[in-house]
Amino acid sequence: MNRLQVKLPGLQLKNPIMPASGCFGFGREYSNLYDLSKLGAIMIKATTVEPRFGNPTPRVAETTSGMLNAIGLQNPGLKKVVGEELPWLSQFDVPIIANVAGSVEEDYVAVAKEISKASNVAALELNISCPNVKTGGIAFGTIPEVAKELTKKVKEVSEVPVYVKLSPNVTNIVEMAKAVEAGGADGITMINTLVGMRLDLKTGQPILANKTGGLSGPAVKPVAIRMIYEVSQAVNLPIIGMGGVSTAEDVLEFFYAGASAVAVGTANFVDPFICPKIIEELPALLDQYGFEHISEVTGRSWGKHEQFAYHRA
Amino acid sequence: MIKNEICTVVEQKEIAENIMELTLTGELVSEMNEPGQFVHIKVSDSAVPLLRRPISICRINQDRKTFTMIYRAEGEGTKLLGKKTAGETVDILGPLGNGFPVEECKLGETALLVGGGIGVPPLYELANRLVAKGVKIVAVLGFQTESVAFYEEKFASLGDTYIATVDGSRGTQGFVTDVIFQEKLEFDVLYSCGPTPMLKNLEKTFPDKKVFISLEERMGCGIGACFACVCHTADDPTGFSYKKVCTDGPVFKTGEVVL
Repeated sequence: MNRLQVKLPGLQLKNPIMPASGCFGFGREYSNLYDLSKLGAIMIKATTVEPRFGNPTPRVAETTSGMLNAIGLQNPGLKKVVGEELPWLSQFDVPIIANVAGSVEEDYVAVAKEISKASNVAALELNISCPNVKTGGIAFGTIPEVAKELTKKVKEVSEVPVYVKLSPNVTNIVEMAKAVEAGGADGITMINTLVGMRLDLKTGQPILANKTGGLSGPAVKPVAIRMIYEVSQAVNLPIIGMGGVSTAEDVLEFFYAGASAVAVGTANFVDPFICPKIIEELPALLDQYGFEHISEVTGRSWGKHEQFAYHRA
Repeated sequence: MIKNEICTVVEQKEIAENIMELTLTGELVSEMNEPGQFVHIKVSDSAVPLLRRPISICRINQDRKTFTMIYRAEGEGTKLLGKKTAGETVDILGPLGNGFPVEECKLGETALLVGGGIGVPPLYELANRLVAKGVKIVAVLGFQTESVAFYEEKFASLGDTYIATVDGSRGTQGFVTDVIFQEKLEFDVLYSCGPTPMLKNLEKTFPDKKVFISLEERMGCGIGACFACVCHTADDPTGFSYKKVCTDGPVFKTGEVVL
């Protein structure tokens, strides 16, 4: 029995660990370090219709237990991702979750329609939460009605299940989750980064050229745990959790909160081997806490009366 | 090949004001075969500081399986690193990036090595390799002031060496380019590492020469995945084409990328 196997809409995962979008490129760099087939899935870098260069540098700044980034969705564009990156990734036995981004609704629809046809794309991750681009991105992720409509439009054209990536930069995350559920989302991924800023002590000016950036890393983990705890009990959708995951213990905590799989982001920069390491450590951790299978852990934090959430498998 | 290894400190000492010289030993030294590459260092086991620090390799000793780095202990991470003493360990990822092309300078030719401040260290391994293959080297090293100057004698033992300081406390007062003009230095290939304004100036001054420069940029992963350290290419300065400083560089030929 594979104790780490997880089944989610569109996704047969040999384990619940995957690199988060934007932290793994299209896998080429990490493929030099380990066999990507070890991963549960890969969330590839956000793809837009046209190529994007992204923001000027500096694009990253360190913070206490975290980092700010403002890359700006740099990517080679839909044509190249479909024509080069996805075919290259097909050599690995790993499902791909394609992160879809854009400035207007038509962009999202165009990317979703095309990229969901690729044979190794098992699901889409609708990026309505990037804080580092001027239009689109987070704008779609902060107004429930807009998020719902966009989800609906993308669902109409996508050939694979659609997960919507929620932004933590909202007053009511549950309201957003319910909106995308009403729009027909098959799952939720959360959380994207929190908008933050750092100033240079000498100049008094922002360190990032974009002024603001998205905060990630261990610093944001408690926010992610809280939001997953709330959302998982309010909607009937599976959640792929993310936000500061750096250890196998973190994975367990995310499952307790209500996640059914977990993505690793910033930790890949600190230790490029972190994903296979966590996968290797998980079985011993299940033993330690007396679990047979990873999926029985989902929602351990929920109250007994809270039975209306997504299956506990 | 990139390796991750817990290396051991052989020696660490302050060789100028806040300028640390750190020698480590580890098996990954066998992967270091060109001057100008860097390693990515995790300075603590905790989440503070979180990210690795890119530091260039100054000297490689294959026989002793050691490599030496020189860095300024100024920020949170490098100050912590500066406290490591012999026998302690440091988490190293590397070697990373593409170094200086030694083969561009032929036997009997002259290489001009121009370093600015903490950009000087990678030029030292380069100088040794060039001299070993029979290239004549001339070094021009620029510093803010005498108290932060280092390695003058080491370079002087390999070739003619000139010092420039901004305040004139050591060598010529002014910038490295002032020395190059005053001394009318001739060369076949120029290799440089230092502050971007210095590199820009060299690129502008010698548009028709073979000039190789090593860039510095804030990095995330150091292996090409995060897109933090990108720059525009010179043939498409406002378009979509780009180079990553960490994996396409840090050494570029002038005219290749926008500084």
